[in-house]
Amino acid sequence: MIGTGVLKGMGVTFKTFVETYPWGRALLRLLRIPSPNGVVTVEYPDVKQQHSERFRYFPFLVYDQTPDNLRCVACRICEQECPPACIHIIMEKDAQGRPVKAHGRTLPNIFDIDTSVCMSCRICVDVCPFDAIEMDRQYELAGEGRFEDMVMHKDQLLRSNEYFQQIKPTEAATVDRRLAAKAAKAAASAAKPSEPAAS
Amino acid sequence: MQPKTETAPGMGTELLEVNLGPQHPSTHGVFRMIATLDGETIRKLKPVMGYMHRNHEQIAEAGLTYIGCFPYTDRLDYFCAMTSNLGLSIAIEKLAGIEVSERGEYIRIIMAELTRLVNHTAVTGFLLNDMGAFGTPLLYAFREREKILDLFEMASGSRMMCNYVRPGGVREDLPAGFVERCQALVDGYPRFLDEFEALLTTNEIIQQRTQRVGVLPKALAVDASITGPMLRASGMNYDIRKVDGYSIYPRFAFKVPLGTIGDTYDRYYVRILEMRESIKILQQALKELPQASPSISPKGQAIGKAPRTFRPPKGDAYGRIEAPKGELGFYLVSDGSPQPYRYHIRAPSFINLTVLEDLCLGHKVADAIIILGSIDIVLCEVDR
Amino acid sequence: MFVNAVAWVRGLFPLPLQPWVEMLLKIGAIAAIAPAIMMYLTWLERKLIARMQNRLGPTRVGVYGLLQPLADGLKMLIKEDIVPTGADRLLHLLAPLLAVVPAILLFVVLPFGRHMIAADLNVGLLYALAISSISSYAIFMGGWASRSKFSVLGAMRSVAQIISYEVPEVLSVVTVIMVAGTLSMVGIVEAQIRHGWFVWTPWGFAGALVFFLSGIAEVNRTPFDMPEAESELVGGFHTEYSGMKFALWYMAEFLESFAICALTVTLFLGGWDAPAIPCWTLAGLLALLLATAKRLPIVAKGLGVMAMGGAVLWWGTQPIPSWIWFLAKTYALVFVLVWLRGTFPRLRIDQLMGLAWKFLLPLALLNILAAGLWWSLRDTPAGWVVSGMVLLAGAALLVLLNKPAPLHPRTYLFADS
Repeated sequence: MIGTGVLKGMGVTFKTFVETYPWGRALLRLLRIPSPNGVVTVEYPDVKQQHSERFRYFPFLVYDQTPDNLRCVACRICEQECPPACIHIIMEKDAQGRPVKAHGRTLPNIFDIDTSVCMSCRICVDVCPFDAIEMDRQYELAGEGRFEDMVMHKDQLLRSNEYFQQIKPTEAATVDRRLAAKAAKAAASAAKPSEPAAS
Repeated sequence: MQPKTETAPGMGTELLEVNLGPQHPSTHGVFRMIATLDGETIRKLKPVMGYMHRNHEQIAEAGLTYIGCFPYTDRLDYFCAMTSNLGLSIAIEKLAGIEVSERGEYIRIIMAELTRLVNHTAVTGFLLNDMGAFGTPLLYAFREREKILDLFEMASGSRMMCNYVRPGGVREDLPAGFVERCQALVDGYPRFLDEFEALLTTNEIIQQRTQRVGVLPKALAVDASITGPMLRASGMNYDIRKVDGYSIYPRFAFKVPLGTIGDTYDRYYVRILEMRESIKILQQALKELPQASPSISPKGQAIGKAPRTFRPPKGDAYGRIEAPKGELGFYLVSDGSPQPYRYHIRAPSFINLTVLEDLCLGHKVADAIIILGSIDIVLCEVDR
Repeated sequence: MFVNAVAWVRGLFPLPLQPWVEMLLKIGAIAAIAPAIMMYLTWLERKLIARMQNRLGPTRVGVYGLLQPLADGLKMLIKEDIVPTGADRLLHLLAPLLAVVPAILLFVVLPFGRHMIAADLNVGLLYALAISSISSYAIFMGGWASRSKFSVLGAMRSVAQIISYEVPEVLSVVTVIMVAGTLSMVGIVEAQIRHGWFVWTPWGFAGALVFFLSGIAEVNRTPFDMPEAESELVGGFHTEYSGMKFALWYMAEFLESFAICALTVTLFLGGWDAPAIPCWTLAGLLALLLATAKRLPIVAKGLGVMAMGGAVLWWGTQPIPSWIWFLAKTYALVFVLVWLRGTFPRLRIDQLMGLAWKFLLPLALLNILAAGLWWSLRDTPAGWVVSGMVLLAGAALLVLLNKPAPLHPRTYLFADS
């Protein structure tokens, strides 16, 4: 209980105390004692923490130019692969039960994701063949109701490609390049003279 | 049911049965110990676990693909998400014979050793919190841990639930600026460790509280399948990084610290020494990181993109790693379908906890809490 | 300043009533300052410990968190008062009261400044020690009345701790009584003005350390707070208390810590004695602090600096009042108290007892011998040397005797493969 070890410990704590004040840091600099740490508190909500670019929290659906031009085709692969099964998709169908097409592709009628179940694991983004779903950085999604407010519907999930480029520039650039390459390949194969159907 | 003991003729005492937990500020989760006390001394101790059981293994067997299991492994040992991912990756690679890209290997080692730093500082901080140091060492440890968690966020997008290491490599390559920041952290870490040690190692109060408390004899440790720093503190030289030589660990020069007595002080100090060794590995890995190479092998990338097409051959595989807490093993049995037929986790915290009674007998209640802290358990891993 | 104010108010009343008026004023003053001291002691502790841990303390409730104690008080008041079934309701209520009342009564004999003691009893020191030992009754009553295993365990540990530490506490004070020749607090301070502060003498230094450490153990503060160990017994004797009763226990603990610091200052550090530094230094320092404070609104800063300017003009060259010195020294000791809390883990109960009986008690006895030697040889420098040697030798011997079974120096092997 008694000895120099306890005094050394007290010295460390005192140095940390002094280090948190600007005058303290100046004093330590004068005494040539290294003092790399100051106050670490980020005073939320007045000051928010800066996150890195790849920070992910909750998915969103990407559209190009207009909200009805969303990339999602309701293939339901993300619904299948989602580990906690928090995605619920129903394809848009007409009165006879045939899928409706817009901009040359099918689209979802209902696309619900449950905020309280989503794990932020990003597997839905990984498996989507159409780069239609990406991860957003918004985390202030608290609501009042226990069930209804926790589910985000299709209209709440839609965000433009410009938004995606703004929040995640490098990732959006990669996705845009991939889609452009796909579009170029599709255009090239359409420009070739069509082969006779019999083969 | 409480036996009476006779201390002096005519003066009988009773043994007191006390529940330590499950709601308790310092049992690292919902964990209950039923202690039978004679005054202050522990005569019998029964650990009760299972309050945190979440059917992880059953969920995996019930319909998840192999890739779908990865977010759940993050949540096994929440301090060490990267190494839990790594364990499952190694098991899947063994099962299906997937090779790992060169850069992917290096990145995995960097992440694993950073995780070791994170875990050991956190557990030392919590050990001191249990001793009553009102959070000061804990908050210093967490201050350094924040810097490492920021690195994890840069690479994977999430601070703790990383879901980053995948079969074949890692999910995504490191972003620009990661290597410089990691290098700066690794260069500054020894100074933090020196300050931390100045606060703790020579502190007489800590020495008095931890020396000769909870001595684990080497023979008992080996019999009870203890692994990790707890085993090495008792003097047994068994580090899976050296024994198995998995991943590319044989390329790095590092030593394995061993204790001699096996008490709580040894367990604490072995972890500090292991942190210093991890820093050496990190320095070497950052220097040798190959530049122009993919971070995931082609087969791994295909699996990540379309998990349901991945059908490993029938058979079983056991993949194990030296997680910061001990030997973390994944036993996979495949029947050729995209879902695992049997998915079992050998959790180090659970196995290490089985000797709790032997360690605590004869000590006081206050010591029981410290011994539990030095075993380094995380309830999510104990109960899965 | 306060002495003049009291005398002026007294003068307003007819002569037979004057002693009563003075007594009422003093009671009123203590009743006002004791809770205020306790509240801002909690604030100070939270801010200081936070700064030692690289974080800010309370900042949101009022500027710099200064209204935090009021918010805490309000919270305690509106909480539900839960009494366990089967608990003895009367004892459950009485125990915290029995803890708080002696703590406030202690303030009566603290000399806050020159002529500023509420009751200058000529057995002031005996009164203080006696009153502070009532807390052991209160703690055991609290633990027993709660009828819970954890509470009783905590209460028993606490009582054992308190009565063990009272012995070295009183013995270390015996040296002060020997040298000062009186039990009255004012007398002791005046003896220190004559002979120099006791803490600068070898026996005074050892005595102050023993007294301070024993005092910390008396009030159950880290590193001696095993009885209320949060991580083991959830709260010891005050587990089953909630709301205002818990606030009373808390208040008792803080008031007694302040009282222990004040007593150490009075007995060893010279009380309100201080070199005669003029007032403008203090006013200048405060003005500087106010001007550089980042969070205060400009209006408050301006008013503060102007007030300091006024103080310089009014009191400029007079020496700083004695009560400011007393409070400054006491709060310096409070800082040491908080510093100890922020740095150390707690000692186990048997180690606590070992420290009291095997180290502090023999040291206190040796201290009496050293003080006697110093006093009888006080006119020659030999007195200092002899008593110093006695103490150093004794302390070294005790440390050696108390070390746990020497372990061979720990070796850590490093395996390469």
